[in-house]
Amino acid sequence: MAAVRLEFRNVTRRFAPTRRSEGVTAIEGVSIAVRDREVVSLIGPSGCGKSTLLNLSAGLDGPSVGEVFVDGAKVTGPNSHVAFMLQKDLLLPWRTIRENVEFGLEIRKVPATQRREIALGQLKICHLDGFENHYPHQLSGGMRQRAALARTMATDPSVVLMDEPFSALDAQTKLVLQKDMAQTLSRLGKTCLFITHDLAEAVALSDRVLVMSKRPGRIIEEIAIDLPDRDDPIARRSSEKVTPYLRRLTELLDVAHADV
Amino acid sequence: MSRTATALGQPAVLVSMLIGVIFVAAWEWLPGMLGVARFIIPPASAVAEEIVFMFARENLLYHTAVTSLSVAIGFVLGAALGAAIGYALAVSPTAEFALSPYILALQIAPKVAFAPLFVMWFGFNLMPKILVATLIVFFPVMVNVLGAVRQIDRDQINLGRAFNATRLELFWKIEVPASMPALFAGLRIAATLAVIGVIVGELVGGSVGLGYLLAFGQGQANTPMVFGVIIMLTLIGLVAYLAVVVAEARVLHYMPKRDFGAR
Ligand SMILES: Nc1ncnc2c1ncn2[C@@H]1O[C@H](COP(=O)(O)OP(=O)(O)O)[C@@H](O)[C@H]1O
Ligand SMILES: [Mg+2]
Repeated sequence: MAAVRLEFRNVTRRFAPTRRSEGVTAIEGVSIAVRDREVVSLIGPSGCGKSTLLNLSAGLDGPSVGEVFVDGAKVTGPNSHVAFMLQKDLLLPWRTIRENVEFGLEIRKVPATQRREIALGQLKICHLDGFENHYPHQLSGGMRQRAALARTMATDPSVVLMDEPFSALDAQTKLVLQKDMAQTLSRLGKTCLFITHDLAEAVALSDRVLVMSKRPGRIIEEIAIDLPDRDDPIARRSSEKVTPYLRRLTELLDVAHADV
Repeated sequence: MSRTATALGQPAVLVSMLIGVIFVAAWEWLPGMLGVARFIIPPASAVAEEIVFMFARENLLYHTAVTSLSVAIGFVLGAALGAAIGYALAVSPTAEFALSPYILALQIAPKVAFAPLFVMWFGFNLMPKILVATLIVFFPVMVNVLGAVRQIDRDQINLGRAFNATRLELFWKIEVPASMPALFAGLRIAATLAVIGVIVGELVGGSVGLGYLLAFGQGQANTPMVFGVIIMLTLIGLVAYLAVVVAEARVLHYMPKRDFGAR
């Protein structure tokens, strides 16, 4: 059995009440384990605590109860083992695409020549060679998200966290980016926790799908996707074997919505 | 985009120049035709003549230089102070919370009203007018910087944090550059306000600067002189404003191009 890269042990996250909002329990009793090279999707109704789970993984937030481990070490704050990518590209408009990709490396004090080499390599993988000296506003939404992917991979994280990274893109761009991401993940052998609300995307891209309930979010189901072509979502999508998975996930999400 | 710019550009420039010509012509002849006395609205030629005259007799160059220098010093001091305090408050919510009522009060207080006080404190030298300019420049810069840092996307900061950036790195690599557009918007306003501050300081007392000439011209009922000084002051304001625009174009070179003076 492969090493566990990301692990939640009975994690609960409560947000204390403030003057403006009553306290909420975002997630409750969540235990998950993502193994080396696995891509695990997380789906659930909006507001069920998916992004909270990502923040806990990235060390941007701490659990109220329980523990989070990355590469066997307890997460106590931001650490160099993880990198995240959101729906927003978060590119810094005053930096060129290459400088944006170098951002994490720069903070980690990687020497300039080495940074440049890594960034250019990642941009090539993400099909952005030739755009390294462009500024973000000169690129389309899809290209910007590619640049964000390159920035995420540049620091060579052992766990990649994605929070609905393609949900703002048009259908066609989305398909292309899903394919590129799937290939990049499998080529580099990355472990990934992938949050999405697109069931087809979850089935197309992952080895396993975790389904969360309404808030307080708990993991209510875990479905292994026993299909080939994890690095080729377009091939997967066109196989009729995805249908039963989609049907099952749809049922589960309805259940998740239903119990008021 | 570029096609519309060239297609629109030429006629727009022509129209703009035409308006200028019409304005000067109307200024020259319209008051006379309507029977307005020359000492109420002197014709453009009289004002031009007076400006030439002032260079020779009233040492206009010297007064302009003094006023320009005061504007420059007041602007730089006020902008530096405004930016520094703006950033300090932005990174320290506690400080902002504690100081906000006083800042609001100072912001509402009409800054030019401090001019007589500063004259009483420091006498008839450059200090009072520089201080008025500094005070009046301070607020738009501070408010813009503070607001801009506050508005930075949390996720953008979190991205830096996730890469293990220190507080100082977040400040220099995200907060400062992200606030540059707002800082420059503040500086544009500040450039014109700096001139107002200095003039008021000079009007209140002293015997140098364009504000002094303004009061002097008024005392002599020399309308062309007052008009001439207003033109010189406008030129100083224009130069200050353009200096900010040029600096902005260099610092914010990464921004999508927009039309000149569009903001
Ligand atoms: N920093 C916070 N303070 C208070 N409540 C929060 C905070 N972050 C998230 N929440 C609450 O936790 C719940 C889960 O949020 P989130 O993880 O963003 O959901 P999802 O990503 O699944 O849509 C929501 O009800 C949200 O309002
Ligand atoms: Mg979310």
